[in-house]
Amino acid sequence: MLTDILIVLAIMVLGIGIGLLIGNKPKIIKIVGTLTSFSIFLLLFLLGIGVGTNNKIINNLHSIGIQALVLSTGAILGSLICAWLTYKFFFKTKA
Amino acid sequence: MKGSFIILGFFILGLILGLTRFLPSSLLEGDFSIYALYLLMLLVGIGIGTDRNAWKVVREVNIKIVLVPLSVIVGSLLGVSAFSALLSNISIGEAMAVGAGFGYYSLSSVMITEFHSETLGVIALLSNIIREIVTLLATPLFVKYFGKLAGIAAGGATAMDTTMPIIVRYSGKEYAIIAVFSGIVLTVLVPIIVPVILEFL
Repeated sequence: MLTDILIVLAIMVLGIGIGLLIGNKPKIIKIVGTLTSFSIFLLLFLLGIGVGTNNKIINNLHSIGIQALVLSTGAILGSLICAWLTYKFFFKTKA
Repeated sequence: MKGSFIILGFFILGLILGLTRFLPSSLLEGDFSIYALYLLMLLVGIGIGTDRNAWKVVREVNIKIVLVPLSVIVGSLLGVSAFSALLSNISIGEAMAVGAGFGYYSLSSVMITEFHSETLGVIALLSNIIREIVTLLATPLFVKYFGKLAGIAAGGATAMDTTMPIIVRYSGKEYAIIAVFSGIVLTVLVPIIVPVILEFL
């Protein structure tokens, strides 16, 4: 698994290098943006197929939804509290 | 918001095709998604590299601004860890991997699916989509009770694009650059933090 992760990160770094070389070429940037959207669509489509054929997930969709909601609540609430502290101590006086 | 519905649409389309087994088994059994992930990562990288605005924002900011994405990281990870106590079949590590999506649902769910399990990948997908939708709906309320960084914090990685308009509307134009900065930093960190957390599970 570690090798897979390193491959993925290396590919991203390679991409950043290519991107820096390409620089400010609006046409290419637009194409890259479109391709990015399509690869996201493809991946989510594939994930959908994987989930649809995975009985373990389908039989537990209800509980998966609740778990997702609980985790979103935790992530949002935690972020709000930390951001409130940061705002109070570092940003408010300036504003 | 429109983007999330399109993405959710593709997911549901795949889901229906999978459920009805309406596909040749070679497509169902072959594992193309890792190659699609490689392609996506390359494109995401190129996107970051060519984004002049991103590099300009990073050069212009004062050091205090770094505290904003840092608050989101610490807050999200602590928040999901605490709330994972309510969930019997999610470990703290798994909860942190989901939380480290910071709203970037497409990439985080795909990575978690590839490197951990489909079940947790789906939880990450839903959880991070919910994060974006809640930010779009509740930012006015959040700003009222948690200060002007609240929308940026709730939006996480999405503060640079989808949730930016609503953040600027309720926190003010001077917060646009902070929103973009925080969103960019978190977007870049998602593909690094998520796998690191999964590695230590």
